[in-house]
Amino acid sequence: MSHNPLLQLTRRTFLSDCGVGTGKLALASLLGSRLSEKQAIAEVDGANLAGNVQPHHKQQVKAVIHLFMAGAPSQLELFTEKPLLKELEGQPLPDSILGDQRYAFIQANAGVLGPQFKFGRHGDSGQEISEALPYLHTIADDICMFRAVHTDQFNHAPAQLFFNTGFGQPGRPSIGSWAMYALGAETQDLPAYVVMNTGGGLSGGAGLYSSGFLPTVNTGVMFRNQGAPILNVSTPAGISDQSQQETFAVLRELNEQQYNKLNDPEIQTRISSFEMAARLQVSAPELMELNRETQETLDLYGCKPEQASFGRACLLARRMVQRGVRYINIFHSGWDAHSNVKGNCSSNCTKTDQASAALVKDLKRLGLLDSTLVVWGGEFGRTPMVEQNPTLGRSNGRDHHPQAYTMWMAGGSMKPGFSMGQTDDFGFHPTAEGVHVHDIQATILHQMGLDHEKLTYHHAGRDFRLTDVHGKVITKAMT
Amino acid sequence: MKLSPTFILVFLCLSFHQRILADDISFTRDIRPILSNKCYKCHGPDDDARVSEMRLDTETGLFHTDYAPIARGNLKKSAIVERILSDDPDIRMPPTSANKDLTAQEIRLLQQWIKRGAKWEPHWAFQKPHDNTPPGPRKRQWPNNAIDDYIANRLTLNGLTPSKITDSYTLIRRVFLDLIGLPPTSDEVKEYSSTIVNKDGEIDQDAYSSLVDNLMRRPQYGERWARRWLDLARYADTNGYEKDRDRNMWPYRDWVIRAINSRMPFDQFTIEQLAGDMLPMATVSQRVATGFHRNTMLNEEGGIDPLEFRFYAMTDRVATTGTTWLGLTTGCAQCHTHKYDPITHRQYYEFMAFMNNTDEPDLDIPDAATDKAHEDNLARAGELIGKLRGQYPHNDDQLDKDFQAWLGEQRKRIRNWEAVSPKKMKTNLPHLQLERNHVIFASGDSSKHDVFELDFDIPRDQVTAIRLEALPDPRLPNYGPGMTNYEGTIGDFFLTEFELHVDGKRIELAKATHSYAKNRYGNQDTSAQLMIDGDIQTGWSVHNGQAKRHVAVIAPTSPIPAGHWKVVMHFGRHFSSSLGKFRLSLANDTKPITALELPPAYEQLLYIPDEQQTSEQRNTLLTQFLLQTSELKEQAERIRALQEKPRYQRAMVMQERPLQNPRPTHRHHRGEFLNPREEVTPQPLSFLHSFPEDLPRNRLGFAYWIMSKENPLTARVIANRQWDAFFGQGLVATVDDFGFQGSPPSHPLLLDHLATQLIENEWSIQWLHKYIVTSATYQQASRVNPDALTVDPENRLLSYFPRIRLDAEVFRDAVLQSSGLLSPKMYGPPVKPLQPEGIASAAYGSPKWTASTGEDRYRRSLYTYTKRTAPFAMFNTFDAPSGESCTAKRNRSNTALQALTVLNDVMFLDIAKQFGTTLSKQDSSPPTNVEEAFLRILSRPPNEIEMRTVTRYYQSLLNEYKANPKLAKTLVGIEGEAGTEAAAWTGVVRMLFSTDEAINKK
Repeated sequence: MSHNPLLQLTRRTFLSDCGVGTGKLALASLLGSRLSEKQAIAEVDGANLAGNVQPHHKQQVKAVIHLFMAGAPSQLELFTEKPLLKELEGQPLPDSILGDQRYAFIQANAGVLGPQFKFGRHGDSGQEISEALPYLHTIADDICMFRAVHTDQFNHAPAQLFFNTGFGQPGRPSIGSWAMYALGAETQDLPAYVVMNTGGGLSGGAGLYSSGFLPTVNTGVMFRNQGAPILNVSTPAGISDQSQQETFAVLRELNEQQYNKLNDPEIQTRISSFEMAARLQVSAPELMELNRETQETLDLYGCKPEQASFGRACLLARRMVQRGVRYINIFHSGWDAHSNVKGNCSSNCTKTDQASAALVKDLKRLGLLDSTLVVWGGEFGRTPMVEQNPTLGRSNGRDHHPQAYTMWMAGGSMKPGFSMGQTDDFGFHPTAEGVHVHDIQATILHQMGLDHEKLTYHHAGRDFRLTDVHGKVITKAMT
Repeated sequence: MKLSPTFILVFLCLSFHQRILADDISFTRDIRPILSNKCYKCHGPDDDARVSEMRLDTETGLFHTDYAPIARGNLKKSAIVERILSDDPDIRMPPTSANKDLTAQEIRLLQQWIKRGAKWEPHWAFQKPHDNTPPGPRKRQWPNNAIDDYIANRLTLNGLTPSKITDSYTLIRRVFLDLIGLPPTSDEVKEYSSTIVNKDGEIDQDAYSSLVDNLMRRPQYGERWARRWLDLARYADTNGYEKDRDRNMWPYRDWVIRAINSRMPFDQFTIEQLAGDMLPMATVSQRVATGFHRNTMLNEEGGIDPLEFRFYAMTDRVATTGTTWLGLTTGCAQCHTHKYDPITHRQYYEFMAFMNNTDEPDLDIPDAATDKAHEDNLARAGELIGKLRGQYPHNDDQLDKDFQAWLGEQRKRIRNWEAVSPKKMKTNLPHLQLERNHVIFASGDSSKHDVFELDFDIPRDQVTAIRLEALPDPRLPNYGPGMTNYEGTIGDFFLTEFELHVDGKRIELAKATHSYAKNRYGNQDTSAQLMIDGDIQTGWSVHNGQAKRHVAVIAPTSPIPAGHWKVVMHFGRHFSSSLGKFRLSLANDTKPITALELPPAYEQLLYIPDEQQTSEQRNTLLTQFLLQTSELKEQAERIRALQEKPRYQRAMVMQERPLQNPRPTHRHHRGEFLNPREEVTPQPLSFLHSFPEDLPRNRLGFAYWIMSKENPLTARVIANRQWDAFFGQGLVATVDDFGFQGSPPSHPLLLDHLATQLIENEWSIQWLHKYIVTSATYQQASRVNPDALTVDPENRLLSYFPRIRLDAEVFRDAVLQSSGLLSPKMYGPPVKPLQPEGIASAAYGSPKWTASTGEDRYRRSLYTYTKRTAPFAMFNTFDAPSGESCTAKRNRSNTALQALTVLNDVMFLDIAKQFGTTLSKQDSSPPTNVEEAFLRILSRPPNEIEMRTVTRYYQSLLNEYKANPKLAKTLVGIEGEAGTEAAAWTGVVRMLFSTDEAINKK
């Protein structure tokens, strides 16, 4: 931290003004972004409070909920009907389509596999969605679909990292970290960047929500499915709440003494961080009290208060948004259908469809959808060609497909009931309105009031940004 | 006038800069940073990025006569000035779109510099440092060594004075934490706080100096400084990416500790790590050192392209080498010519070429204990073999009969195998080498679908069987016989198709059988038969059969004629899995098809007729008989287990490729793996020192080139990083960037002094450490100097000692040391301290975290298992790197999650309980215990107020636990009064661990 005297001055003034010693300013440095001199000044001037970067333009949304479908759902089963695949089932794709794409498991000349579900048109907008996603039908008019998303990576970990950090190897900041770095925190009582994982372990690992080279305070805080949601947020058994409070008080006393001796503002920051910790111990359990929700709401999400599930995570995300959390990642793993793509889709849709739709409905009825962006999608799509491999015991699966897949967004200024992007008759290549993952990233930042070309950080000799030198905001999909 | 805070801030910053730069305008310090920041991106070294002829990064460009960006002494004729001052947005530079407007101060500096004649200087860091005498005025009382002269000079110039030498308690804690990464014990505090102080109450520099020597001789010194080096080496115990499986990297970590403790000079330390394998008569230790660049990540996800991720590993090696030794951001030139520094895109790959000609094998680390165990086992096996005959459950006659019958069976089976050597070998990628006895060895790179084509001239006619022996070898991963080195079973292979063509005609193969086959994946079939079935997805593998010889025998539908044979073997599945060592033999007799053989040495004996056998040979065969008979199965298994050679520990190392198989390096367009362009050869960075003619243009020459005394960067970079370790910021604040974008040194003369003296002192880092910690600068008090707040708010001039939050590992080690729990055990495989549920399991495959038991739970933190995709929770919270890339400088955050960790984390609580329980058992008064806790945790006795506060706190806890002994039992697991005392003291130490003072060095 800087030893800037002005910072010290403002911090102290501000802290004492706040009485309890933790205000937004301190919070910005504790859980949000790193405090810069500029912010300190902004704080004193009563201007923008939180971030290192002033929003570049009007913020559409205050919060993002990113439902990351890890493993890559099959667009050919869920979103895009390709009758030709049924017709030509078993036959290889023409070379002109294949090009020199490398595959993870299959041979390029594998035969194609027909869609495993029936498709229909839903809502007034007539969005094409398969029967595997009945709940999504009910919000067809609220979502904005991208039907020709493409990515640079064809393996899970690199592609998940690429989607979440803009780069195929670990070590770069995640979208949430960039948002935190730029905008700081709004909440005083909870981490402002939260990560939940409801499936198995993640291919991309902690790199998916890491702050990379940004200050480590911008790292996503993983909520756990069991026990206390935030690591170490519960006072250990055998220590009463009263003595925990007393501990905080004594610590403050001793730290104040040190401060008086040494005059180092970092000691004041430490005092604040302990106060913040004390508040977290209260606010985190409150967040988790899902039995305060109505039965109707629990039914909407299809979740039980005590049982970890994707639905429960979605409901928690909604509660977090209400409490000022800025960025929420919910990872659901399990879509990697190398075998039995039909069974895979059925089972994952059962786990996620209802709650994904419920989240959008719930935000909408609470008037929060305009200020919240919901993003749904995986790291890539799946091949039109079938995957079968006797040695691996696989049949009727699909391999990884980076060229074209489907995602949807809802909320903010994304056009509801809108659809863009077309692919060829095999669903292999985009033919119109394709968007790249960098475009999606640019759009997410844009919704938060950030210009992906201006949001940079100098590291290792150069200015880095989320979208490297690429990405275009998808204005066509915005109102 | 009411000043706005913005104004005050700007004013303060300016005044700071102006004073520090009081003398005059320096191109290096003042002007080039402006040009670099604001102009070089489009007018710098990158030809492709340059939008016009105008180039501002070279002297020629800057003073170019035609378009004169700068005309010395003439503002009007300087094109730059016109452009930056212009009101016309189309003319004005930098363009608005670049978002890089010059500040008023920057414009003023540029103008003044031009007016004063625009003196140009080459970039300071690219010029060789020269030692110099410290500038006056010399303060007589203060300095201990020359460092202090440089520091005092700058302070004086800025109207500041250094702080007094700190008190002995603070100094002892500081120097312990810095040199060995541990606080002193309470006894050491008591001892040294009296011995290093003279009768006037001042620090006795001689006594202090011998304390320094004492600390630097302790083995913990190496552990402390190894951890810092491992940040640069991106050390971890797992491979990274999705699967993130464990790796054997710790022998390298141990090498670093040993090298530091043995006071290895830094040049040797470097050369061994970059090219230890290439030193003449390289020792095992020197080869283990090359693990430095094996710390790159390895992607084992299903279906990846291994060569793509090897390329990424190479780019990481270039970036890491640049950061670690040159303080250059070489990585910037991967995709295009560096935007700021003079590194072209091509030079980046020429730099890579030095390091690219390597294979990455595992190396056995022989050790006497393993050898001895093997010898003992063999002796024991010999004894057991001696007893076998007596254990045969039938009489001698019967044994003889049974043996003879067995021999007869075996002889019926044996064939007239003749091993054959190919006259030509071709593959898509791996390098095949014909070795002795017709053995073929594969090395180098391997792809997901490798094809070996072997051409033979076979004189033998009517061949009825082909034998393929898959052979183990220590050069192969896991001893082979396969080359699989990621994703699948390490050391396995997957032979999907075996084809034979004779004189251009495909031979139909009828049957294949194997001695052993096993699939890693489920119950699916794998067999030799599947390698002749025409299906490229099925084949033969030997999962769990590594380090052993396996045999497949293939029979054609009809005998194969003599002629020009071409054998084609396809390997691979969703990962590369070729055979690493094999041999082909032919038979033309008519025997049954079987792959079941005795081990070769015994098999040979079967060919000797009974009457020609020596008794020894006959005995050997008899033993083989006894070992296979079902009646002695148990004994035989035991003997075989004893005979198996125990594995040595292996290390991951680099190895230069054989001359026959050099790996070409290409420039990659836009840095993309799939976009290789022209081939390049190893070339040094041209703007640095030249490459001596007598050095080989390979990795070893490269290492010597880096450590050359002519190198302007390395000594500065290394000295600066040591400075950063003690003072929390380097003399060059950008410890990882000495290029144009780096910050200029706060004390250039001091930096050059340290750099030249470091070389002068034979690259002894220990010398430098001692030089620093014995300076008066280092020994200053840490109270923030109020005078400095305005002049030097960031304390770059060091008018007081900066307080620094402890690194994650140092903090944990300090807590363990205070509690008396820290294990002194050094080296070996990583260990797992306690950590909360749900951390490790967030990674792929939801791995379990089972905490180590016994002292391994309390080892020093650098032995903690480092999993890249699920870092140890407490380290992560306290900003430790995850080993994914080279880290020259850690963050030092200060967060609520840290507060929660120290107070509530299971590991800290476990430590606090044991410490608290120990204290509670002392037969002493509460104040005595409080004092002991202070001495151990904060390395000083409490003052009166603290004593009162903490004793009161203790009483309060005690009262609560007395009122509720169950609560105490819950906390410490002890009943009754002992439990309440232990619980209360647990509370006390837990609170003291959390104090700001405990978490910081001051």
